[in-house]
Amino acid sequence: MATGELTAGEYIKHHLTNLTFGRFPDGTWGWARDAADAQAMGFWAFHVDSLAWSVGLGLVFLWLFRRVARRATAGVPGGAQNFIEWIVEFIDANVRGSFSARNDLVAPLSLTIFVWIFLMNLMDLVPVDWIPQLAHALGVPYMKIVPSTDPNITFGMAFVVFGLMLYYSIKIKGLGGFVGELAFQPFGRLGAPINLVLEGVALISKPVSLALRLFGNMYAGETIFILIALMYSAGWVLGVFGGFLQLGWAIFHVLIITLQAFIFMVLTIVYLDMAHQEHH
Amino acid sequence: MNLNATLIGQSITFLVFVWFCMKYIWPPLMRALEERRRNIADGLAAAERGRHEQELAAKRAAEVIHEAREQAAEIVARAERRAAEIVEEAKAEARAEGERILAAARGEIEQELNRAREELRRQVAALAVAGAERILEREVDERAHAKLLDELVAQL
Repeated sequence: MATGELTAGEYIKHHLTNLTFGRFPDGTWGWARDAADAQAMGFWAFHVDSLAWSVGLGLVFLWLFRRVARRATAGVPGGAQNFIEWIVEFIDANVRGSFSARNDLVAPLSLTIFVWIFLMNLMDLVPVDWIPQLAHALGVPYMKIVPSTDPNITFGMAFVVFGLMLYYSIKIKGLGGFVGELAFQPFGRLGAPINLVLEGVALISKPVSLALRLFGNMYAGETIFILIALMYSAGWVLGVFGGFLQLGWAIFHVLIITLQAFIFMVLTIVYLDMAHQEHH
Repeated sequence: MNLNATLIGQSITFLVFVWFCMKYIWPPLMRALEERRRNIADGLAAAERGRHEQELAAKRAAEVIHEAREQAAEIVARAERRAAEIVEEAKAEARAEGERILAAARGEIEQELNRAREELRRQVAALAVAGAERILEREVDERAHAKLLDELVAQL
């Protein structure tokens, strides 16, 4: 538990609150002191912890892969190169399997999504109190270290994917073709209004489901970790039991975090493939 | 769950990361992979070619050995034939030589015999003359009786 005087509810709330910097209703910028402050800031607020961890992990990914890519040889690969190549070939095989058009963007996009989301999810396996406690000791009141439990992060990525879908749909099929696809399917020209509603919902649901799936899974997983961590303050019997629970959940979570990263990537590939395909 | 400007920050970061990955990470890795794939394919093809060439060489070597063996056998046969010929020739030559030597010896013997006969004749004639001289107690004029003596010699 974080501190002795917190109740269980406060503990959970504390763990689920972001470190927020934003514009107060009175127009001044500053750090939010609690969740109510952050709520009051409305849209113009930044979850500094989410962003910092997300960017930091992204940089770790880029640094690691760039380091290998710069020295990549066609000869016998070393350990690091072998590992990176294994990931790259895995992504490449998935892109080739699901994406039929030619687009040089999709494979690097998939690689970025998979590794970055995986790294963000991986932070979930760090015991929930370690880094927030450290931050607390350094005077930082809130520290959420799993960026993918922040809907802003998942929506941020999903909207980029959505933007790419729209961009390529219009680029490949033309604005008319794209609107036609929305309006004249599945019921033909006469059912245009119904078609628009149906296809519009289908279209909008893609990024929303993409973002919410990742967010929901990670948020739920994180919440369970927090609940398990609560047991450590409830005597040594429950504490030991909680230890085993945490271990079990963490092992299961290894599967979840990989799977969620993979699903986000595969769905992105599929959506972009659909954007590239012309229906007649 | 409050959506705010974090979303924009994440979107921009995402785009920048994807751009970086697309520009600086993906191409060199794919190039290395592609190049290695090509190298391996080339290596396998070269190995296949080498094996094929090796087979051809083995076949050719067998042919050469076979040919050499045949030639050797032919040479040996020819040499044997030649040797037999030489022996035959030598035999014939030796026979001829022997005959020649024999003939020469015979000729010589004949000559020797004739010479001896002549000598004997001459001595017998001289003996006869001496005998006759002694019988007649007078000298026989050799010149006068040359014709008689020659007749005598011829009769011997």
